[in-house]
Amino acid sequence: MISTETLSAIRFGYGPGGRDVPPDAATHIARLKRGDRMVGRYPTPDLEAAIALGEDHRKARKAAQDGGSDRGRRQAQVKLGEMFGSALMAGFARIAETDDPLRERLTWFWADHFTAVPTNAVTRAVVPDYIDSAIRPHVTGRFSDMLVAVVTHPLMLIYLDQIASVGPNSPVGQRRGRGLNENLAREVLELHTLGVEGPYSQRDVTQLAELFTGLSGQQGKGFVFRQGIVEPGAETVLGRQYGGGRPSLAPIRAVLADLAVHPATAAHVSRKLAVHFVADEPDPALVAAMEAAWLETGGDLMAVTQAMLEHPAVWEAPLTKVRQPHDFFGATLTALGISGDELMAVPVRDARRNFIRPLRDMGQPFMTAPGPDGWPETAEHWVTPLGLANRIVWAFEAARHVADRAGDTGAFVTRALGDAASDRLRWAAGVAETREEALALVLASPEFNRR
Amino acid sequence: MGDMLTRRGMLKGAGVMACSAAAHPLMTGVTFAAAPWDARLVVLILRGGMDGLDAVRPVGDPGFAAMRPGVGGDGVDLDGYYEMHPGLRALAPMWKSGELGFVQAVSTPYRDKRSHFDGQDLLEAGTAMDAPIARDGWLNRMLQTVPGLEGETAFAIGQDSLKILSGPAEVANWAPSLRMALTPQAELLLGHIYEDDPLFHAAADQAMTLANGLAAEAERGEAAEGEMMAMMEEQGGRSERALAAFAADRLNRDTRIAAFSITGWDTHRDQAGPLTRRLERLAEVILTLKQGLGPNWGKTTVLAITEFGRTVRINGSRGTDHGTGGAMLLAGGAVRGGQVYGRWPGLAEADLYDRRDLMPTGDVRAYAAWAMRGAFGLDRGVLEQTVFPGLEMGGDPGVIL
Repeated sequence: MISTETLSAIRFGYGPGGRDVPPDAATHIARLKRGDRMVGRYPTPDLEAAIALGEDHRKARKAAQDGGSDRGRRQAQVKLGEMFGSALMAGFARIAETDDPLRERLTWFWADHFTAVPTNAVTRAVVPDYIDSAIRPHVTGRFSDMLVAVVTHPLMLIYLDQIASVGPNSPVGQRRGRGLNENLAREVLELHTLGVEGPYSQRDVTQLAELFTGLSGQQGKGFVFRQGIVEPGAETVLGRQYGGGRPSLAPIRAVLADLAVHPATAAHVSRKLAVHFVADEPDPALVAAMEAAWLETGGDLMAVTQAMLEHPAVWEAPLTKVRQPHDFFGATLTALGISGDELMAVPVRDARRNFIRPLRDMGQPFMTAPGPDGWPETAEHWVTPLGLANRIVWAFEAARHVADRAGDTGAFVTRALGDAASDRLRWAAGVAETREEALALVLASPEFNRR
Repeated sequence: MGDMLTRRGMLKGAGVMACSAAAHPLMTGVTFAAAPWDARLVVLILRGGMDGLDAVRPVGDPGFAAMRPGVGGDGVDLDGYYEMHPGLRALAPMWKSGELGFVQAVSTPYRDKRSHFDGQDLLEAGTAMDAPIARDGWLNRMLQTVPGLEGETAFAIGQDSLKILSGPAEVANWAPSLRMALTPQAELLLGHIYEDDPLFHAAADQAMTLANGLAAEAERGEAAEGEMMAMMEEQGGRSERALAAFAADRLNRDTRIAAFSITGWDTHRDQAGPLTRRLERLAEVILTLKQGLGPNWGKTTVLAITEFGRTVRINGSRGTDHGTGGAMLLAGGAVRGGQVYGRWPGLAEADLYDRRDLMPTGDVRAYAAWAMRGAFGLDRGVLEQTVFPGLEMGGDPGVIL
């Protein structure tokens, strides 16, 4: 039987790591309530910086097209890539240093719930802002605030084609013969809020798409609300009427606020959290407790997370899930005791070789989920021959880098796994031929890859 | 077991995979389901947008010389109207023997935005533009219609994700470039730590079988005197020829469907050099498949498809930009080659799509559907409703013998 302390570190964090990680629900909750101490320590470039760089890139590209040198464009391209990479590396630095690991886990859970995949170098540079301004500030806040932040963020507007959507009867729609794109409206209902089994129809999708008209973006500016593309008249979504007055963001905020507290949303998203943190088939009582907290507090995610942590089922369920590659990296860095400052100092080329490419090879290219429904949850999806082989290869690489300072093998097993290591693994680590082999075995083991 | 785990001379260093599959003491012998067909299908995804107009040049069209000044005359004449790019010259004998064909002026239903990302998604999803994009790939949906499939019937090859094969139906995947380079001791210990977890145990077992199988074959000289190993060394082991050799090897066993990507077709600047190298690479891949498949080549259909064609006019930097209509390639002993399929739309200004791109006159999916109907005998209704929902296959172009 695994101790509560170990379970707490693995289920709600990145493993023990021989550090001060919350040993129980109360400590997790206290630290989540204490506030975010990592975002200021390892900040990332904001939207303004990404847009400025995007403009540099655009000008350089134009210069190259007009017959000038291609060097400026290539330099800008490299800088854009660095900005994208900073979201990954700052994220790992935070994981490596935090005493509040659940905040990091929640950040990546919600980033996946609101999957937005950048499609070119310029939108990739917006990723750090998407994570740190649309997702992260709200993981212990209100779901409706996160929903509004996401739905008005350029990355999401581009990814789900909202920028191509024009009210067919709006001035612009009439003049240019343009029309609706329902993509974002559909995914907000199907994936982000009510769920595919939720009580909505195609008519609600179309009405919401009409209501969403106006959400747009502008080169060099980011998000803009464009009155000229707003479909005139009121829309009815789930039986309630929105808009109809002067075009503004207010009715869009209103419909999102209502969707955020809808019972179907509470049920769908609570279950998704439980599936991610606990089990593919979570205890219905656990989900019910989270749902109740959601409805009582109007979608306060701190309360919902607290309800999950305080439910006895999460302290009894075995560790049947598999760490997704990004989690696996975070857990490895934690176990090996690599510091945040070291990670921030990794040169771009090494970051590409040691992090970005291996993540892709394990089947989870950074911020590039296969569709708006995000990454699959099942263990079977991740533990394929190729996926596992890539984990093994990376485990040996990582072990080679740090073998010198890893210290005693037995102590390392405890640091990585607390009392979750099997006798089989402890024995194997003990008879390995070299220290690096012992470390790699621990990192490649089922215990370390499950959570 | 204890004896096996004692220290012994360690084979260390990159590239050593010492333990052969046959000698692996923990191997349980992975069994694979027998395939339902004998026919083989290989789908190559040409990522980046191949310039079909330069690959299969319509030199007989009076408009071509104006659109592509200086292009043509150095390639392989196909039928007096079309000329094959010189980069594909190595395939000329296959054209003559009827094992190579092309389709001109085809596209997916993707229009107007001309994004690689969206274009490839649609190419692999196989759905139309007016419906939500499917979340599984069309080859996976094809597999879903065949009951009782498992194991290695379909193989996704390489490190990049292949949406065309992703979905609920089970698909094996492996990257021949992956070098596990484990010492015998490490391999034994890994086997030991996975023993109690069936999921990890099965995955690790198969991974080691595949990795060691490749290494052992190369050592024993089974793969054309270690040619596979040599190919794996090439370009850090990531060369597409290695993917082709691996695909052929699996297709000679229980695999019937394989897919992999060939990247680098996005030729915006000075395209003559890069395009030639890409086409030479494509030709090598096809020749490697033919050589590796041996007698099975006669039952094989190879489809090479791309997300879109490129602009008809050459741009200001001697390259081409993202377009619409393009070309696809058909190869294999099962195809009726020696001809360029498709209806040629012409290159006059009014014939172009959006006054800039080759007008698509056929759907890539229809040719893929007819190829699968011919090769596997799949029902037309299944192809039009499940594999490519909403597709109208039209008349049989007769691409399969």
